[in-house]
Amino acid sequence: MGKMILDGEIVDNGWQRFEPGQLEEDGQSLPENQPVIVPLAYWQAHRDTLLEREAPVGVCLEPGEEPADLAADLPHLPLVAIHFPAFKDGRGYSYARELRSRYRFTGEVRAVGDVLQDQLFYMHRVGFNAFEVRADRDIHEALENGLRPFSVTYQGDVHDPRPIYRRRQELEQA
Amino acid sequence: MYVYQDYDQRLLEERVAQYRDQTRRYLAGQLSEDEFLVLRLQNGLYIQRYAPMLRISVPYGLLSSEQVRTLAKVVREYDKGFCHVSTRQNIQLNWPEVQDVPDILAELASVQMHAIQTSGNCIRNITTDEYAGVNPKEIEDPRPWCEIIRQWATFNPEFAYLPRKFKIAVNAVPDADPALIGVHDIGVKVIHNDAGETGFQVWAGGGLGRTPMTGQVIGEFVPWQHLLAYLEAILRVYNKYGNRDNKFKARIKILVKALGAEKYRELTEAEFAELKDGPMTLTEEEVARIQGCFTEPAYRDDVDSGVLDKALQENRAFNRWYHTNTRAHKRDGYRSVTLTLKKTGRIPGDVSDEQLEAIADLADRYSFGELRNTHQQNMVLSDVATDDLFELWEKLDALGMATPNLGLLTDIVACPGGDLCALANAKSVPVAEGIQRRFDDMDYVHDLGPLDINISGCMNACGHHHIGHIGILGVDKKGKEFYQITLGGRGDKLSRIGEKMGPSFESYEVTDVIEKIINVYVDKRLENEPFIDTYERIGMEPFKEHVYG
Repeated sequence: MGKMILDGEIVDNGWQRFEPGQLEEDGQSLPENQPVIVPLAYWQAHRDTLLEREAPVGVCLEPGEEPADLAADLPHLPLVAIHFPAFKDGRGYSYARELRSRYRFTGEVRAVGDVLQDQLFYMHRVGFNAFEVRADRDIHEALENGLRPFSVTYQGDVHDPRPIYRRRQELEQA
Repeated sequence: MYVYQDYDQRLLEERVAQYRDQTRRYLAGQLSEDEFLVLRLQNGLYIQRYAPMLRISVPYGLLSSEQVRTLAKVVREYDKGFCHVSTRQNIQLNWPEVQDVPDILAELASVQMHAIQTSGNCIRNITTDEYAGVNPKEIEDPRPWCEIIRQWATFNPEFAYLPRKFKIAVNAVPDADPALIGVHDIGVKVIHNDAGETGFQVWAGGGLGRTPMTGQVIGEFVPWQHLLAYLEAILRVYNKYGNRDNKFKARIKILVKALGAEKYRELTEAEFAELKDGPMTLTEEEVARIQGCFTEPAYRDDVDSGVLDKALQENRAFNRWYHTNTRAHKRDGYRSVTLTLKKTGRIPGDVSDEQLEAIADLADRYSFGELRNTHQQNMVLSDVATDDLFELWEKLDALGMATPNLGLLTDIVACPGGDLCALANAKSVPVAEGIQRRFDDMDYVHDLGPLDINISGCMNACGHHHIGHIGILGVDKKGKEFYQITLGGRGDKLSRIGEKMGPSFESYEVTDVIEKIINVYVDKRLENEPFIDTYERIGMEPFKEHVYG
């Protein structure tokens, strides 16, 4: 079982994630008692069956698949993963932000794929709380140095939507 | 200028530490080339033809004399004694070592400078009119808005991995485009409504590069409180839908064109509706705080106009420089002075450590300790009393920075080109020099009047060739350097993309071609008619006939 970062701690990754097309191609069925993360298309095709499962189901969005495609289902989902095929593809940042700010999604938002130390801070600010750091990298160093390189942020974010001047102003007035 | 608070300074220091660690991990083999590439680019570091290039951010072109002295020190210690003013009002070092960059950044951070987001697919340096704050034609000072945008853009977590680079410019001058907002990813025009309230006309989808085009109005009047929410809405649409498969189709201009301005506006408005009136809404208090950083300096009331009048009558060279290189000022008795970095034989925009130190001293002595970089690769002392002008001119002349050619043919804008840049298809500096040498008669250059020549060594268009009245673009044809000429571009009253004249030329032909173009102009011009007006009146054909005929 791989390790991952969840809410600022290193934990075992108990979820099994399936790539788009993987379940269909392998003719595989989902492991019954394990939490799984399925592709959006699979979720859409098997929604009713999946909702009846006892073990939790999460959905993974690929770039180009927006939270809007999943909006109605969000109340049923404990987890939404966002896949970064390459860390340079920044669409997932807007998706995470939308999940949190627009759809008020309170479950786990997990970054999967090309997830590296130097992007964790931004990812955390836009709403990710779980990170499957790429397996060939030191997850301890990523946690230690990647999540909080800055104590100062100008803009608001999903944790505190106020820009710095509002935060300071309210601090002074308090 | 903007006064750093404790937290602004802390941010820079944390950035230095972060980048130092990234460099360490790269040199230790813990970061791949490709991973470090993206990180170093977001810090302005390119690996160039012979050495790395570090682009230092100069927000909206504004510098203090203290910053300029530190730049001089950095240039001397870490480079070869020269730096380069870029067309984004930034400063470039051409010979730093990768392992020295963290130390350079630490040095820069001590005077509130950095290289944050000067490259990479993120929001770049915000630019504006180099005469901002002193331009008598502006409706208000655009710099506070630039600073507000800068802070929002700095380490914005959502927009660090955009499809492509993203440039924003702000203009507050009606009926002119000194900041080139028409050719920016986003152009922000400061306007006032009938009630006298400040708002912004927001353009999107302009750009130079491979597919040049002017932007379209997306927001007709965005009230000032909502500036950042509106920009964020435009950016989110771009981040989600911009092309990521082909870097040549990845700029926002391609998306705006593909969707149409109407659809882009609709998507933006939908995002904006959610953000509007939220915590991003600017407060009067915060805007006032930022505006308070850009107050008028202590102008003198006793400027003696007789001193200037006398010097203008007595010294012809000074007179010419005054009429060419100084500009009207909001305040009576003051002028803005442009130091042209375009002396023949020097790389356009290059300035040495010694010159930087001298300029810093002149800024302290004559212009309240501030300087600006211009997108035409010159520097400006913005607040000089007219009774100081003659004395200043003498000192500038001794430094080789009083060439009276601002806005004239020899004030050529050129990227570093193939001599230094790894992206370039062709050299640009020798082409500029060839033209400057051919037109070495300053009387003739003055007789020709306003004329922008812009040279880029490749279609990335760092030399802004599309908006030159005469544009020169270096292209590669089977390993040989060729140059394509465009005419009719503008970056003055408005931004307009020039038209290609015809087949390209070999490097030895370029100067002759420029001369032929000029000859057509001289032959056809009406009295006092500048080149660009003649071109717009008579069109491309006469030029084409004479050049190719």
